[in-house]
Amino acid sequence: MDSKAKRILTLFLTFFKIGAFTFGGGYAMIPLIQREIVEKHGWMNDEDILDIFAIAESTPGPIAINSATFVGWRVAGFFGSALATFGVVLPSFVIILLISFLLTNFADIPAVQYAFMGIRAGVLALLVKALWTMYKKNPKSPIGYGIMAAAFIITAFFDVPVLAVIAGCALVGLGSSLWMARKEGKK
Amino acid sequence: MAFLTLFLTFFKIGAFTFGGGYAMLPLIQEEVLRHQWVAESDLINFIAVSESTPGPFAINMATYIGSQVGGEFGVWGSILGSACATLGVVLPSFIVILIVARFYEKYKQSKIVRGCMTGLKPAVVGLIGSAILSVVAEVLFPAGVAPAAFANPSMYVSLGIFALTVTLAFWKKVHPIWLILISAALGIAWGYLSPIIL
Repeated sequence: MDSKAKRILTLFLTFFKIGAFTFGGGYAMIPLIQREIVEKHGWMNDEDILDIFAIAESTPGPIAINSATFVGWRVAGFFGSALATFGVVLPSFVIILLISFLLTNFADIPAVQYAFMGIRAGVLALLVKALWTMYKKNPKSPIGYGIMAAAFIITAFFDVPVLAVIAGCALVGLGSSLWMARKEGKK
Repeated sequence: MAFLTLFLTFFKIGAFTFGGGYAMLPLIQEEVLRHQWVAESDLINFIAVSESTPGPFAINMATYIGSQVGGEFGVWGSILGSACATLGVVLPSFIVILIVARFYEKYKQSKIVRGCMTGLKPAVVGLIGSAILSVVAEVLFPAGVAPAAFANPSMYVSLGIFALTVTLAFWKKVHPIWLILISAALGIAWGYLSPIIL
């Protein structure tokens, strides 16, 4: 087996493991990626890992997919990225498919329905906590708060598609930052 | 064509979600309810399932909704539906990263990308806030916001479970899986005890 094929296989197995053992996805995967890719195989360095953060945050899509594709491409080109991505997706795919069958078959059992009645209230708590964490990570600026409030009010109380709000906010962000840069330049 | 719609919808969701975790929730919620793929209560139930199983939220969601939609065509329909939705949600990232990785230094320093991000980050917070509002309505007022809802003891039980789990989450930093188990136990207890008490 030549070294590239071996790399691709190892990428697949590594990301399969990452997909199978990270709960919550996204950023929870970064330490695992670091251990496997940097420390064990030496395919990337710590600085490259920081790049993953930067790139995954500023491109669309789930962070897990972005990082798998990015690492795979850096280590072994197109097939590396394809297999790394396939590897990270596969465990969830299989597990959730099985659970989905189970849920459909057990949904009518009273105990399950009671459990989910409680669980829905618990999920609300998880969502509120996640919202708070995201809110705290946001830069504190008047424009930021304005966009946050506008996005909330427009989607909560008016029948505007989420996509339109996302596009609009991106444009407002772009416009305001270009305008600020220009103002800075004039000083 | 249900499978093509699944693929295209999740492709759109994948292409317009920025940031990790629940950033995808507002778009998924909107699309799923618009197509009437699953009920909102099932969607909330599934958030708990996704938190208790490994893997990214986005993949779990796509697989689940795909299998529910394809389910009307049997087991193979479920599998095909999951595959279409998951492929759809993965593909935009995959393509974008492959392009960006090539001239990535330029991309990282691009004023346009950074400018858009200054708008997108707070927008996601606002959008999730609004998604949560709809979850609140579903959890506390499943039959609609009406005076009768306030006479329903289940509402106060849900409110109590929420108060307890939110306290545990913020001040005791209890792991999500424990929070889900605790609320499941309380839900079961209430389900079996309420006919006796009331």
